[in-house]
Amino acid sequence: MTAILELVSAICLLLGSVLCVTGGIGLLRMPDFFSRVHASGVTETLAAPLLLAGLALQMDWSLDLVKVAMILILVLATNPTATHAMAKATLHGGQRPLELDRDRSTGGEGASKP
Amino acid sequence: MLTAAIIAILVTMLLALIRIFLGPTEYDRMLAANSFGTKTVLLIALAGYVLQWNSYLDVALLYALLNFVGTIAVMRFFEYRNALEGRDDPESVV
Repeated sequence: MTAILELVSAICLLLGSVLCVTGGIGLLRMPDFFSRVHASGVTETLAAPLLLAGLALQMDWSLDLVKVAMILILVLATNPTATHAMAKATLHGGQRPLELDRDRSTGGEGASKP
Repeated sequence: MLTAAIIAILVTMLLALIRIFLGPTEYDRMLAANSFGTKTVLLIALAGYVLQWNSYLDVALLYALLNFVGTIAVMRFFEYRNALEGRDDPESVV
């Protein structure tokens, strides 16, 4: 039973680590703010619960386990909200996605209106 | 395996830090700072378990709450500032 728990925990931690580094690389390499939001937000939302679940599987039954579950639920609830708020604030602040800019500059002045 | 996860979190924090210093706009910096804060929560939780700190999970929980509230507050502040300042010349808003 302990070996199975160790194995599942190791898989969770490894997957979470890979997603974490992927999000970091996407945050650094993507050309545009909105693609950066996508790269960071999507991977973070899955990486944080995977890492915390991998940690929780190694712990004993105690109050700490409940706290880890609380952090997991909190991160799972607040992370997409913060990402959405950031994207909305950026859109209202005057930034436009990269593809829309390219359409506007090459595809005629009035034709880009939906 | 916990050590590998901690190293991966530290590498991600370094990448986010590079984006904070590099970021062309304040939105990029805030996004990277939010990512950095989430990674800090994970780092406190994992490293506290490995190093056997006392009541580290309370700190991690508080940091997660503070990170969320701080991000929302700064984004509310930035949301309409550029739109109001650049109203006479919308193309200058980059």
